[in-house]
Amino acid sequence: MDQLLYASEVLVNGLMTGVMYSLVALGFVLIFKASGVFNYAQGVLALFAALTLVGIQQGQVPFAHLINAITGSHISSFGWTVPSLLAILLTALVMVGLAILIETLVLKHLVGQEPIIMFMATIGLAYFLEGLGDIMWGADVKTLDVGLPQGISETAEAWTAALTGYGFFIDRLDIWATVIAALLVAALVAFSQYTKQGRAMRAVADDHQAALSVGISLRFIWVMVWSIAGFVALVAGIMWGTKSGVQFSLSLIALKALPVLMLGGFTSIPGAIVGGLIIGVGEKLFEFYVGPLVGGATEAWFAYVLALIFLVFRPQGLFGERIIERV
Amino acid sequence: MKLRFAAAVAAAMLAAAPALADLTVPNLSYRTGPYGANGNQYADGFNDYFTLLNERDGGIGGQKVLTPECETAYNTEKGVECYESTKGSGALVYNPFSTGITYQLIPKVSADGIPMLTPGYGRTSAKDGSVFQWVFNPPANYWDGASVIVKHLLDVNNGDLKGKTIALVYHNSAFGKEPIRTLEELSKKHGFTLTQIPVDPPGQEQKSQWLQIRREKPDHVILYGWGVMNQAAIQEAANVRYPMENLIGIWWAGGEVDVEPAGAAANGYKSVTFNGVGMDYPFYDELKTHVLDTGKASGGGAHVGKAMYSRGMYAALVIAEGIKKAQELAGTAEITPAQMRDGLEALEITEARMAELGLPGFGQPIQLSCQNHGGTGMGMIQQWDASAKQWKLITDFIQPDEEVLAPLIQADAQAFAAENAIQPRCN
Repeated sequence: MDQLLYASEVLVNGLMTGVMYSLVALGFVLIFKASGVFNYAQGVLALFAALTLVGIQQGQVPFAHLINAITGSHISSFGWTVPSLLAILLTALVMVGLAILIETLVLKHLVGQEPIIMFMATIGLAYFLEGLGDIMWGADVKTLDVGLPQGISETAEAWTAALTGYGFFIDRLDIWATVIAALLVAALVAFSQYTKQGRAMRAVADDHQAALSVGISLRFIWVMVWSIAGFVALVAGIMWGTKSGVQFSLSLIALKALPVLMLGGFTSIPGAIVGGLIIGVGEKLFEFYVGPLVGGATEAWFAYVLALIFLVFRPQGLFGERIIERV
Repeated sequence: MKLRFAAAVAAAMLAAAPALADLTVPNLSYRTGPYGANGNQYADGFNDYFTLLNERDGGIGGQKVLTPECETAYNTEKGVECYESTKGSGALVYNPFSTGITYQLIPKVSADGIPMLTPGYGRTSAKDGSVFQWVFNPPANYWDGASVIVKHLLDVNNGDLKGKTIALVYHNSAFGKEPIRTLEELSKKHGFTLTQIPVDPPGQEQKSQWLQIRREKPDHVILYGWGVMNQAAIQEAANVRYPMENLIGIWWAGGEVDVEPAGAAANGYKSVTFNGVGMDYPFYDELKTHVLDTGKASGGGAHVGKAMYSRGMYAALVIAEGIKKAQELAGTAEITPAQMRDGLEALEITEARMAELGLPGFGQPIQLSCQNHGGTGMGMIQQWDASAKQWKLITDFIQPDEEVLAPLIQADAQAFAAENAIQPRCN
């Protein structure tokens, strides 16, 4: 009986963890859906957004280290702090600015190129942004506090204890992440289904040339999509940064999103969520039941095994579009 | 034209290379990537100590010390590249600041005859100088750390760990696995149950591990983590309301960067350390005068006095004392790597010498020999005070359990000697 309760707790936490993975996966889906590009830089976008948010929030002078090295000064801070909400809005604006720069300096010059060329460009972009983030904000681990609660939910613990006799651990941050992810997905789905720009985005995703022929601006759509992906990256950065500080390993959360994408499909927003949930639950239950038999630490590889099993039966992913090429 | 070009290239190369009389100690640093936050502090401490010697004393024995940096990004392949690209510059000794890189460099430094110092990391059995002729790991190694932690746990449990459960949460890598053998032996000796809980690097997601700890309620948790794994572990421990004073890390899980993200929740977290904490030492007055105030501090002096900075600075101190001893033995200031090895083998840093250096009680006395490349391996326990944002030492130096460690080190070193056809020396 105890084992069943523990497994149930693991399952609930797996679902919550899956939502955190989905937040990262969403950014990949948005860009792939609109441009057919697998954006290798999505993890670094989350890092860059989180670094910028903390920098703005704490009134840090960007490029302070560089300025000090050149001028011999000792500046580091403006001496003010910015309220969290305003800092988030300002960071979102920075991400829009970054999207414009990426489109102008990189994507515009690669129109009509093979997807692999675009993919390579995003690899370069990832390394560039990581270096830029380092030079702008420094390599220190930064504490991110935007007022999100963390730690065990005593309500959930008391409720499950009354119901089953065993109080489940549920992290309040994970509950918030679930609510935010649900809102984000609802907003994104509504945007792509019911707005003119959203429909234009889907048209571009279907066929660049056809979209251009009916007057849709490819450049505008790309800027818009990269801006939205930047915002999604900011949300993911906030959640993961709140968990363990903003630091350069944040970019590696992309590794957690890959199996989610393989499973959920690269073109489906709901797929990213469902994929995340399956991966989260699958890896946690596998670790719970099989981990002790094989020495533990199974999660990193089992997520990929799970995704590969799904791929064998459904190569396009659970919700991905089936590619049919007629000759 | 060709001749002029060749002359220009030669001149540039000469300008870039260290002067022959300089003492070169490459700084294999990592200032970028997931472990850059720790690497920055360590590299700054390492550089600043030598800058102080250069500025205040004109170097060591009249020779300036150069610390050319090479970025390894904590990546083993890059670390090996850094070694290969810098060894030709007259490198006297290496301190790669990575267990993974250390393992790769052990055969290389042995073949090239260049000493390597790995304070608090690397291969534990390198303490046996009869087998590891070119590798040194004073003042303490991973097994010392595990033993000191267990001794501290004995102290807080009235000398009895029978029936207790201790969980080891470790970085699933060569570094994290190092203490397992020791802890297994110590569990037999003291009668506690050891649970091993690996975390795959980088370790941002540890929900499964901490749910297991919440279910099994071990009496103590030992943390052998690095980088984001530490921050995530401390936060998750707080999340599951694990008593913070029962969570104790190795020295690489004992930096400010590890505890600050968790805020007040990290209060009471402990770690073992082989060096003192804070800046309450006369040394820092000297550093301020000659390095900080003159604008020569590495990284702008942003990390002075922090835990990892102190460890980098301490590593430089041990190397500097080794150079000094080597110069004395060789009778010349311009020493070779082989003479540097002799200097390290004759190294003696007494309490009086530490006081003379402005760091009284900062480090334990170190006395090395041909056989003993690791020193005494003592450690202190530090505890995080979240409100003061400071580490505080809560014990004096604790001696590790040599009765358990010595046979383990000897067995591992002999196995290495047999595998690599090394004839032990020092007889």
